[in-house]
Amino acid sequence: MPLDTVKNIVLVLSGKGGVGKSSITTQLALTLSLQGHSVGVLDIDLTGPSIPRFFGIEDSKVRQAPGGWIPVPVHDAQAPLSPRDSTTTTAQNSIGALSCMSLGFILSSRSDAVIWRGPKKTAMVRQFLSDVLWPDNLDYLLIDTPPGTSDEHISLLETLLKTCTPSQLSGAVVVTTPQAISISDVKKELNFCKKVGLRVLGVVENMAGFICPNCSECTNVFSKGGGEIMAKEFEVPFLGSIPIDPAFVYLIEEGIRPVYPQGTVIAGKEVGSQDQEKPTSFSANGHVSKEQTSGLLVDKYRSCSLSPLFDGIVSTLVTDIASRRAVS
Amino acid sequence: MAPSLEVEEPLPDPIDFSAPLKQAPKLVAPEPEHCPGPESNLAGTADSCAGCPNQAICASAPKGPDPDIPLITARLADVKHKILVLSGKGGVGKSTFSTMLAHGFAGLDGLENPVGLMDTDICGPSIPKMMGVEDESIHVSAAGWSPVWVTNNLAVMSVQFMLPNRDDAVIWRGPKKNGLIKTFLKDVEWGELDYLVVDTPPGTSDEHLSVNSYLKEAGVDGAVLVTTPQEVSLLDVRREVDFCRKAGIRILGIVENMSGFVCPNKKCGYVSQIFRASTGGAKRLAEDEGIPYLGAVPLDPMIGMACDFGESFLDAYPDSPASKAIRQVVERVVKTVGGS
Repeated sequence: MPLDTVKNIVLVLSGKGGVGKSSITTQLALTLSLQGHSVGVLDIDLTGPSIPRFFGIEDSKVRQAPGGWIPVPVHDAQAPLSPRDSTTTTAQNSIGALSCMSLGFILSSRSDAVIWRGPKKTAMVRQFLSDVLWPDNLDYLLIDTPPGTSDEHISLLETLLKTCTPSQLSGAVVVTTPQAISISDVKKELNFCKKVGLRVLGVVENMAGFICPNCSECTNVFSKGGGEIMAKEFEVPFLGSIPIDPAFVYLIEEGIRPVYPQGTVIAGKEVGSQDQEKPTSFSANGHVSKEQTSGLLVDKYRSCSLSPLFDGIVSTLVTDIASRRAVS
Repeated sequence: MAPSLEVEEPLPDPIDFSAPLKQAPKLVAPEPEHCPGPESNLAGTADSCAGCPNQAICASAPKGPDPDIPLITARLADVKHKILVLSGKGGVGKSTFSTMLAHGFAGLDGLENPVGLMDTDICGPSIPKMMGVEDESIHVSAAGWSPVWVTNNLAVMSVQFMLPNRDDAVIWRGPKKNGLIKTFLKDVEWGELDYLVVDTPPGTSDEHLSVNSYLKEAGVDGAVLVTTPQEVSLLDVRREVDFCRKAGIRILGIVENMSGFVCPNKKCGYVSQIFRASTGGAKRLAEDEGIPYLGAVPLDPMIGMACDFGESFLDAYPDSPASKAIRQVVERVVKTVGGS
């Protein structure tokens, strides 16, 4: 079984669509990689795969090898990048390899619809779990899921519980947005985890507040704090709130290194660049300097305001998973 | 008595994850590459079926159209316009927009009959909460299931009304979901309606195929596609357009939701594109695909609040730019389907 050598499997779940499962998966993967772990990302959202877009590898194709599919590499393991920010732990570590697998790589055209009923989706999920040749001794395999609690989820859990050892299957990160509508759907997902006996590693509240790129005032577009209350109610750890950062969207959509206006404060930390007077130079005139777009995604991500937040979340997760391992 | 999923289903536990798979699975092996599918007339007899371990099962399964479809058609004969709300992407505001559309239709002048809203999102039903009728349940009479009435001319149906506990997860595979959707269409006593809005889950899968195949005879006016401006979302909506073409559903138009956010700081008022349309947004997609563009609805924190509290945003903030944009979209949809 190709999953045999994977050390830890982490699922990213949410009952609600569009809360940022894929975006959280992407950031978890980038941060894990920055901390020196080798990471694989498996996208089992069959009817709406977004992982290829997030990593900017939409044109890549999966290669077939004897015994299975080779996942698409995002970047290889490499020496530490030049330090940008000495306060995070990422500065000292070398960078772990990162590779992805998604149905998006197999479709012939990016706008092709995958119109499949349940049984066919089940077969595909099983194949993704059994036939992908992840690199040997992969530290973390992140599995991005579609919204809901249906065919994909049932098949995924069935297969994982059958083929993996309990120490391999670390648990699930549940993503929500702060508003009540989303919370009520995500509660269903937590009940799903309870029912199948999957450990919830924690809840991440995404889209909590929006920082205006002009006046750097934080607005709670989708209210705030709901995720934390829900985590308490279900007695699962709360990992943190992530604000909406338009710069992250630009980074994903256009590959532009994030720049912030002076005075922007996220999570009590000054992230605005000191030397740049002009607020967010991109998009104003459509001109983007070469320096802003060059480099690896993982390197550019370090400039993003969300990176320190995820650094904290990932450190908590890694310690948590390691301590569970030591006990079992 | 209210129908409840608990009563309806005395099975011990439909999906027992902890149990090892000891029972022989019904299908012996995954289907071969050119499988015609068990619904096909060629099932079990096509060339590619030769040697398939399921050949006998497929060949003996009942074929032809579903006998319930005429019943659904009869049940929905008095519904003038049936409109689907679709989007390949989750969280772009399908349910929000469906409720707005329903409220908008219900507020139209010259409406003869009520408006219905059906929630086919079985794993994550949000319509009852957005409508403020979360704690209601369904009543059954000889004529069928009665939907829940939000106002005197707006009726709602959702799986949420049947859950014994509102946080319960509905962990169902496709065929079971199809069964429930069929029940919603066949057994719910909608009566005479001017509009029936059908909210769908994200994706292009069981629910969508079922709604479409069950409603084909009854006639669907078309689908309204909802998207947000950024490419990640448009990518999935393009797939949905492809789905509509393949399934033969008319696209009434595309709505761009969450386009632009006005900073509520009075001194600032800066319009940020939170979800920036780096590839031209829905307008460009509409032009490329040759489908009507219905308009853009700005992101307004009050819409989220109104939904959380189950109020009608259109009634609560009739003068906000978002309300105006929504009403404009409603008018365009009405014009497109040729309603009153």
